[in-house]
Amino acid sequence: MTTWTQTLRRRITRRAPDDAADPQPDSGQLGDAEAVAVEIDPNDPILTYFQSAPGPVELDTLELDSTAVRDLRAAGVALVVPLISSGELIGTLNLGPRLSEQGYSTDDRRLLDSLAAQAAPALRVAQLVREQEAEARERQKMEQELQVAQLIQQHFLPTTLPQPPGWSIEAHYRPARAVGGDFYDVVERPDGRIAFAIGDVTDKGVPAAMVMAATRSLLRSAGREELGPGGVLAQVNDLLHGDIPSRMFVTCLYGILDPRSGALRFANAGHNLPFLQTDDGADELRATGMPLGLMPGMNYVEVEHTMAPGQLLLLHSDGVTEAHAPDRAMFGTPRLHDVVAGGSNERGGMLGRVLSELERFTGIGWEQEDDITLMSLRWEGEPAASIAAERTFPSRRGIEREALAWVAEAVSGTALEPARAENLKTAVAEAVMNAVEHGNGGDETLPVEVRVERRADELVVAITDRGGGRTIPITETPDLEAKLRGDQTPRGWGLFLIQSLVDAVRESSDESRHTVELVLRTDGGDNR
Amino acid sequence: MNDRFNAAARREAGTGIIDLVGVLDGDSAAALTEAYAAAAPEADRILLNFEPMTFMNSSGIALVVELLARARVEGRAVHAAGLSDHYRHIFEITRLSDFMTIHGDMASAVA
Repeated sequence: MTTWTQTLRRRITRRAPDDAADPQPDSGQLGDAEAVAVEIDPNDPILTYFQSAPGPVELDTLELDSTAVRDLRAAGVALVVPLISSGELIGTLNLGPRLSEQGYSTDDRRLLDSLAAQAAPALRVAQLVREQEAEARERQKMEQELQVAQLIQQHFLPTTLPQPPGWSIEAHYRPARAVGGDFYDVVERPDGRIAFAIGDVTDKGVPAAMVMAATRSLLRSAGREELGPGGVLAQVNDLLHGDIPSRMFVTCLYGILDPRSGALRFANAGHNLPFLQTDDGADELRATGMPLGLMPGMNYVEVEHTMAPGQLLLLHSDGVTEAHAPDRAMFGTPRLHDVVAGGSNERGGMLGRVLSELERFTGIGWEQEDDITLMSLRWEGEPAASIAAERTFPSRRGIEREALAWVAEAVSGTALEPARAENLKTAVAEAVMNAVEHGNGGDETLPVEVRVERRADELVVAITDRGGGRTIPITETPDLEAKLRGDQTPRGWGLFLIQSLVDAVRESSDESRHTVELVLRTDGGDNR
Repeated sequence: MNDRFNAAARREAGTGIIDLVGVLDGDSAAALTEAYAAAAPEADRILLNFEPMTFMNSSGIALVVELLARARVEGRAVHAAGLSDHYRHIFEITRLSDFMTIHGDMASAVA
């Protein structure tokens, strides 16, 4: 119930001693009228009294402990005619004393009563019309605000995300109707590293959208400096503080990823913790810090982690974890953890998986309470190599034919085209020969290890010998003419064959071992 | 895996034919030299029959290069027949096929 405020227009009649008998007020002199507001507390007993009064109420004779009655009397009100519509008190007609200085007659009261009976419904209609107009104006204003907020927000969200080789970076943003102030950003730095941010501005609507836009710009600008994630957040925090409305703040997680090494470094300003999907589940990566814009001079601890091929980092906003089911149960962090741990290795699979779990949880027709933002960074270039086969051979002359027969068997299930399989076999034979003769120096007691691995889009045969510290010389195409003239040895075809028959040759060595990897791309290589 | 190499020499008209049987690798040197010596006299062309060959590695290629060099010095043309698609591909990438005439099979080579 609202507070009743009655504005009374009281006539002050300036009476000159000679016209004291003139009962007619001077209708042209509005300046004589004085508006007096009488506030009636919604709990004042007078309201109940008016509601049930059978007709006009004489204040002089009313015995009721009511502040409003005293105030009305003080304002010069003598008679109150309650206006009742559909059993509800919607207003009062307040009259001062009769100018004739006599009391109100029975006829007067009857007249007022019937006037009230007709005025009340009319007043009610007028009230309803005004209420509806006000509501429509408010709705329109909110609708316009919403559009502005959405426009700002959409403008400041990235339209495309950088995709470093071997990585898949994806994001999903779904605004709530009221637009909650979520944001995310991914930027490729000049040094090839990837800076990413996800954040949430408290509050909704245009103010939140403005703060979100400012925060994103400040993050981008700070990200261009030689600052770590902690330094970026500290700088943005100091810049935001003092500029953003009080009680408003921004949670934000900021990270820098080196896509070549998987090195990840991030800092957190009060945002939801990210999840790292691992081989045996999911880990929540912890980092804490004050939200941005609350207090100046904050430090943000940087957390380091090295991601491995095949792993995925999932960032989210609280619109995910704080979504409710019809029974008011909350989606919650543990449930999100389980979804991530359950894993999805398909491209774009994780975001889809989280969203479908969320939909299943919240049910059909869910009115989304807050913005939902998800971002995933997945290293898919070299997912954990699945070793298909491994075998050790003695360093015996002619052993290369056993090795190639074994490799042929090992790759038989990979649907390798026959010609490419033949090429691979010859390359393997040559590499094993080199391992036996050069790497192991023909010492039969030294092993040659042959490993067949299937990776994302590669078939790799790795041949390891005990000739550590050795590198294979750069191969030039043999000069057949010179060989035929007898100017060069007829030998020296091995490395040339290896390099000609597979898509790539990689070598690595440590103090005791030397490994040559023969690579065939399974997505269609050059050596068909 | 012990299909040892042996090279048999025979002659048809002016062609000295060498049948390469089994694995042609570094161990085949002596047998191949011997077969060439038997096939070459009075032959103006040498035909290498790869049909019975089961395997060849880079050392085997070196032996073919050696034989080709010698035949060229002696003015004999070298032909090859019966190479599998894979070894034919290797003869192409090594450019051996630029210096010898390649036939699909023996029948067309001796025709």
